[in-house]
Formats: sequence, structure tokens, C-alpha cells
Amino acid sequence: MLNLQQYDSLGAALRDALERWPDEICLIEADRERENCRLTYRQFRDAASPLAKWLQARGFNAGDCVAIIMTNQSKWLISAYAILHGGGVLVPLDYKLSAPEQIELLAHSKANVLVTEHHLWRAIRQSDQFQGLQSLTVLVTEAPAQADLAGAHRWEESKADGTPDFIPRGRQDVACIVYSSGTGGQPKGCMLTHENYLEQCISLTQLFPFWPGVRYLSILPTNHAIDFMVGFIGPFVCGATVIHLRTLRPEFVRGAFSRYRITYVSLVPLVLKNLEKGLRLKFDEIPPGRRRMLDRLVAVNRFLTRRRPKLWLSRLLLQQVHEAFGGELRAIFVGGAFMDPATIQFFYDLGIQVANGYGLTEAGTAITLNDFNPFRADTVGRPLPGMEIKIVDSDAEGVGQVAVRSKTVMAGYLDDPELTSETVVDGWLMTGDLGRIDSTGHLQLLGRVKNMIVTEGGKNVYPEDIENAFEGLNVKELCVFAANFIWRERSMGGEELIIVLRAESGHEIDAGLVQELDRRNQRLPDSKRISGYVVWDEDFPRTASMKIKRPVLAEAIRLRRDRARSVVKL
Amino acid sequence: MNTPEQTLDEILTLAAGHFKVSREELRPDDDFFKKLKIDSLQALELLTRLEQHFSVELPDYEMQGVSDFRTLAERIQARL
Repeated sequence: MLNLQQYDSLGAALRDALERWPDEICLIEADRERENCRLTYRQFRDAASPLAKWLQARGFNAGDCVAIIMTNQSKWLISAYAILHGGGVLVPLDYKLSAPEQIELLAHSKANVLVTEHHLWRAIRQSDQFQGLQSLTVLVTEAPAQADLAGAHRWEESKADGTPDFIPRGRQDVACIVYSSGTGGQPKGCMLTHENYLEQCISLTQLFPFWPGVRYLSILPTNHAIDFMVGFIGPFVCGATVIHLRTLRPEFVRGAFSRYRITYVSLVPLVLKNLEKGLRLKFDEIPPGRRRMLDRLVAVNRFLTRRRPKLWLSRLLLQQVHEAFGGELRAIFVGGAFMDPATIQFFYDLGIQVANGYGLTEAGTAITLNDFNPFRADTVGRPLPGMEIKIVDSDAEGVGQVAVRSKTVMAGYLDDPELTSETVVDGWLMTGDLGRIDSTGHLQLLGRVKNMIVTEGGKNVYPEDIENAFEGLNVKELCVFAANFIWRERSMGGEELIIVLRAESGHEIDAGLVQELDRRNQRLPDSKRISGYVVWDEDFPRTASMKIKRPVLAEAIRLRRDRARSVVKL
Repeated sequence: MNTPEQTLDEILTLAAGHFKVSREELRPDDDFFKKLKIDSLQALELLTRLEQHFSVELPDYEMQGVSDFRTLAERIQARL
């Protein structure tokens, strides 16, 4: 591994990695059972340099912002390296956002270059908000030969001869602007510095090292903070191999584990649960005699690994299970959302380590991670090296808001000093999550103090961001809440959104209105849908500037309404 | 080649069969996540089933932003 303490920027570290392991395979792009490309570190550099030079020839300079909206594929990483080499700032945007949402974030970030895929570019161009993007330089990958690109450039042809200048950046310069949420409302663009990433990488690789020969399976999109770190920066600065799979379909994911003998993979809880479901179904098909044998082996493995994992032993005892994962899997990283401890325990009992952790975009990637010393399914692990955690305003049981201080905490929110000063107080990042630290130093998460939910797919959803979907509804006032924000739950599971409706005076919330509410709700992406409504009979408390005082309203509802009886399901 | 109506009808029949619901319960503009009580990975399962039936390859992104049978049918029809 490179000694990252000696580096000032991601661009410099990646540049040296490409020189250090020229003949190692750094990147494979697979699509189903096909392999689209396989690049050594030298070939990767040779693919990125002409693009970096092309950008520089067009005046691209240090600090310029480049947005990437792509599924996880090789051109994502090649483009990212070209940008970092040239001193640019990456703006990785979620390709699953709608085109208007992407356009809103492109405008907010002030990106002057966009790299995207043809089908995504088509959707952006068809959006009503597209006119605002005219000054953007756009590079489009995989466009059909006859496609009208409306002034965009073909990525594959965006090349210039010569060696691009390497533009040095300092540790405190911004490397990426990552949106933790905020579409439709208040965009939250986390400015993450080169130091944030370098320190996070040092910290993570102490627990889970990479080296030449390690193969990381990337199925999460690279804009996801976890994949960006453990599916790009981490493996690259260690000479390891990243395998991009351009489909999430379980049958091809399973095939990729075996074909590439995967060492590490990152998953969101939804996918891990799907893997568990598949395994349980397979186990149920085993004839009773062999099933009893399997159950005994699992019990033996559980007993022998109760203090710490013994991978060699688990692979021996449960060979067929491990072979199904390629035989060389060392750990599955899972994060981005609440993970059911029973699922993690299920895998651990099979000898498959699920490294569950806790992190926020605002703090880099991960703050805590299960170190398996010993394994604890009921917590999100201990703080990573270099992370300080404290519990603020704790109650008698030691439960309070989790605060974090480390070199991985962001520089702030782009163009929002007010929100930054509310979120980072005296160097401590106020996470908005409720937790407690137990006697062994493990963090247990127990709920949220902030008004938001996280879906099983790892998406942060802020209620205020979806209120505009219900604008114009025939009510006097409306407000969307995370139900757990009103009725505090000591749980991270079962999160849902609800809408509070205040009828026009003299009117009621009738069937027609509920029908309209439901119709609009159905048009929202699955993750943003409300699950029910509450009727409220008082005017909402508001600030002098007429903003709803959400915590005050939430408390009033909590005091006067019972959750089970007042939430009408849609 | 199928007409758009045939494609839509076949999708509804296949979805009903795959997720074991009555064909009569499904309507073209239904939200299939809600109606079939499925998540995004199960929606990809359906896509695989549709690929087999229509003998066409459908990238995952064809499901992106799609939640009703009619739009799904339009996407598939464009590839037939």
C-alpha cells in the first residue's frame, strides 16, 4: 500500500499507484457473463491521460467542478482519475435521481463539465429544466452511432495527444462535493477534502487491508460513498483489482462471486437480505439427512468462532457455502442503512464476515466498523482509528446524540454556512442519530433526532424534500415527517414517512382528497412515498419568515395524538 | 412482431404468474411495486422473466424510474 501520510491529494496518490503496479490488473468491467474490458494499471493510465489532456486543452483548470452521472462502470473511474489528475473537483451524482433532480444539483454544484451515459443524457435533455444547462460541457458514453447528442461530445472520442499536466492540490482543498440529500428542498452538498479521503482510506485499510491480488466486486454505484472509497480509492492505492458488474440481478451477482473469486464486496442491506433469502431457500431444498448435517456444521462453526472469526476453519467446515461465494471471500461490507442484526448473525454463523458499520457522507465514509474482536451483531462496531465519538445530551441510560470528530469530517456544506455551523459545532459533527456507547466501546444506534429516514437501499430521504409533490393539494397546510421524528422510537428499523394535513376551514379531509393524495404519492419514487396521513386541527406553528416550526409541530402532535390510532394508512 | 397492446397484455399475464396474483387484479397503470408487493430486486427478477419471454436483453436501467406496467411495456416494445 502507498504511504498515504506522504500525499497531499487523491490525484497524487492515484498517479503514483498507476506507476507502482503497472502490470497488475486494476479494473475489470463485466456485464452479466460478458467481460467488457480488463485493464492493467498502466492501461488505465493510458485510457485516462488523453481525456485529461482533452479537458485541459479546453481550459479545464484546478478547482473546476465535474459532475459524473453514471452507473458503476469502468468509465466512471477513468473519468474520475482524469479529473483528479487535472486538479478538478468531482461531483458524483446519483444516476437514480430523476432528471430534474439531477439538473437541480448540477446547477447547485456549479459544475461546468458533465460526464454521463447516453440513456441518462437523453432523459436530462427531455426534462423541462434542461435549458438551464446550456453552458455545460457534456461528455456522453456509449452513444449509438446515429444518436443526436445535442452538442454533447462522445466520451470515447474526447481525447488529445500529449501528456496532461499534473495539477497539485493541497490536503485542505475540496476533492469532491457529495450530495447527502436535498433535492427539491435545500441541497446539502458536502465538501469533502483530499485530507478527508486520504485519512478515511488510512483508517479503513488498517482493519480491512487490500493488496495486489485482492479482488473487490463493485455492484453499488460509485457515487455511493462506500463504493467510492472501498471500490476505487482503497483498492487503487494498494494495487488491488476492482470488478464492476453492470447489473444488480441476483443470478449474475452470484455468478460473479465464483468467476472472479471475490475477496471483498460492499452491499446495501436490501441486497444482503436478498442473498440471505436465496441461501435459506437453497438450504430448505436440501434433503432432511443432509440438512441436519449442515445445521450441525453451522452450530460447530458458531461455537468455534464465537470469540473471533477463523476463516480457514469456516471454509473447511462449510466448504460448499463458501464455494458459492467464490471460496475466497473475506468480508462483505454493509452500510448506508440500518441492517437487521439477525441477517448479520446468519452470515457470521456460516463463517462469512459482514462488516457492518456506521457512517455519514458528512464524515467521509465510515465512522465505526465491526472489528470482529469479538463479533457483535447488535452494534455498528467501534470507532475506526482516528475517529473520536461522544454522546451529547445523554439521558440516564447513556443515550443521546452521536457526535464525531476526526480528520474525515467535511469542510462544510457548499454555499450554506448557516447549516454548516449548525451541523459542525466546535469541530464536532452532530450526526442527528441517537446512540449509546457500551462498556466495550461499541456504538449502538437507537434512533434519530433528525427528521429523516434511510431506506433499506441506503437512500437518505428528507421529508421537506418531497413536500412539493403535494403542493396545491386542497388543504390549508401540509407537512411531511419521518414518523419516528414525531413518535420517538428506540429503533433504526421500520422507518416511514407520513403527511400531516390541516383542512381548509369548514372542510374535511374527504375521500376525494385522499384519492388525490394517493395519486400524487404513487408518482413519487418508491423510497419517497408516504405511508399514511394524520389529520391536524390547528394552524401550524411558523417562524417570522413563515417557515413551519417542525420540531414544535412534531411535539404538539406527539403530545396529542397516538401513533397507532391517528395515522391513517394509504 | 407484437402490437403494443399484446406486449402489455403478455407482461400483465407473466407478472401475475410469476408473483402468483390473479391476472384480473392487474391493470396497465397499476404501480407494480405496490400491487405485487415487491422490492426493486424482485422487479429485476421480473425483468429477467420478461427477457426470457420476449427474447430480448433489457439492461437494468430500463427499470429505472418505471413503476407501472404500461411504461414498462413501452420500454420493452421499443426493443422488440
